[in-house]
Amino acid sequence: MRQGRQLDEIRINKELLNGALETPAWWKWAVLILFTIVISGFVVFGIQTNKGLGVTGLSRPVFWGAYITTFVFWVGISHAGIMISAILRLTQAEWRRPVTRAAELLTVFSLLTALSFPVIHAGRPWRIIYWIFPYDFARGLWPNVRSPLVWDPAAIGTYLTGSTLFLYVALLPDLGVLRDRTTGWKHAMYGALSLGWRGNPRQWRLQTVAGVLLSALMLPIFVSVHSIVSWDFAVTPGVEGWNSTIFAPYFVIGAVHSGVSAVVTMMALMRWLWKWDNFIRPEHFDALARLLIVVAVAWFGFTIVEILFSLYTLEGPELAFRDMQIFQWPWAGLFVVFLLTGFFIPVTMWLFKGVRNSIALMFWTSILVNIGMWLERFLIVVPALARKQPFVYTWGSYQPSIVEFAMMAWSFAFVSMNMLLFARFFPLIPLFESKEAMIFTTEMKIGRTTIPAVLREQE
Amino acid sequence: MAKTSILGLYEDPEDGAKAMDALHAVGMDPNDFDVLTGTPYPEGAFGEHVPQHRLFRFPVFGAMVGFTLAILFTAGTQLAWPIVTGGKPILAIPAMLIITYELTMLSAVIMTVIGILFESRLPNFAPGAYDTRITEGYVGVVVSVDEGRESEFEEILNTAGAMETKRA
Repeated sequence: MRQGRQLDEIRINKELLNGALETPAWWKWAVLILFTIVISGFVVFGIQTNKGLGVTGLSRPVFWGAYITTFVFWVGISHAGIMISAILRLTQAEWRRPVTRAAELLTVFSLLTALSFPVIHAGRPWRIIYWIFPYDFARGLWPNVRSPLVWDPAAIGTYLTGSTLFLYVALLPDLGVLRDRTTGWKHAMYGALSLGWRGNPRQWRLQTVAGVLLSALMLPIFVSVHSIVSWDFAVTPGVEGWNSTIFAPYFVIGAVHSGVSAVVTMMALMRWLWKWDNFIRPEHFDALARLLIVVAVAWFGFTIVEILFSLYTLEGPELAFRDMQIFQWPWAGLFVVFLLTGFFIPVTMWLFKGVRNSIALMFWTSILVNIGMWLERFLIVVPALARKQPFVYTWGSYQPSIVEFAMMAWSFAFVSMNMLLFARFFPLIPLFESKEAMIFTTEMKIGRTTIPAVLREQE
Repeated sequence: MAKTSILGLYEDPEDGAKAMDALHAVGMDPNDFDVLTGTPYPEGAFGEHVPQHRLFRFPVFGAMVGFTLAILFTAGTQLAWPIVTGGKPILAIPAMLIITYELTMLSAVIMTVIGILFESRLPNFAPGAYDTRITEGYVGVVVSVDEGRESEFEEILNTAGAMETKRA
């Protein structure tokens, strides 16, 4: 059964540009509230910069806490874009069409937010520059390329630049549509941004080739980014639970799990807020849920292997760390919540077709996954540092302070506000992809039944 | 001789294809006429000249540039400020590999995007005859003709079923 109506191009323009050409009543209020939270976040950051990191819960020996956890979390979310956009583009999965733009956008804003957290965490943010650039030409002192703190900006900077360019190239045809539907300064802005797009066969052909080529180039970057983020931990031999050889693939698959779940969250919101029922349909949630089941099971397998092999070493410190992480309060409580929200509740629910086709249930299960995935990163970062080590004169636990909670709230508001601002000027669903889908979608009669079919050009 | 750009606008893609056939039939150079659509139609849908491109050279060139710069950066900085660790070489190859990989890919992506724009002939802010209805599903056939022959080609476009023609 076909779930969407066949629309003409005028109708597609009208429906998908309803956010960019008109201002929905709720939009101003939503942006105002988010803007207030964002500004409050900057104020809190200013206070922290003035007072120092003492306003956080960070203290010897736990020097990495909620900030680094949130950094890893947002890098993970950023993997949604390339996972959805590049892999589905390369495999010509038809259901990718309404999802790609929002996923790429989520990548860009998540990465921007993720990049902020090492800066916030540093306490003296101006010193971040030392990691990347030579700060004292007189002495010829250079960044230490052996440090993961140099690898991280290199990887994330590459991913952010590539994702932004990928997003822009795919936006060109839609900027042409906006140029044709606007007047005044908006017409001039869209005209300049569309670079004089006309829609001739050369431009369309290059657009298609670009989608495939950039996807193929972005995929290895996508894998490298979270691998390198995992090496922030894995190359530290002195901390139990961190020095693990499977951290790179474990982090990558975890990132895909949280990123694709975040795309589900966003798609549900887009469907509700902009009433895009003709474009974002239950069949898309069904397909994403099936994908998530596979990803979640693979990620859970890595979780088990990671714990199993640390126990297999029979090394005292490693066993003591796992005992603390899994069985000692408060980590034990968080561990249970992590397993339930990150895997058992959502995956069990996704096994049922009724859940996969329910937008509300998919929305809430995707939220659960990201609660679980934030806790997963927290349980990797903090207990390993909090455990009592020999020859350490002080040790203690860690509890995020109100300042850290405020900065976490800032990060969610910052991403959401940027998404809404983008949606006010640009379409969140690619217009040309939706129009192309209408051309290539047909119905086929087989025997006494009629089924939806998709035509595909021979490459 | 100065050229005039003429656009024929078609509601039905089939009429657009007929106009393209008619322009082929009168011996127009394929570089002098083009079809404009708001949707990526399958290649050859309008009997158009299939454009060739050299996009794949751009990422290769970009990767070579990025690789070279990355080696210069990572090796140069380590040699400029050697961190001597007992028994280990000054140049830390595994660390260099990571940064070299990222900069190689970054440069390849940037050059690919430059290549996409170059091969798409963008930016182009003097595009000739155009109609905003093209992005609403209409098909435009645009032809560049010598001054004085405008009426002849408007006739060809109209015969194929153009609902309107425009000059620029």
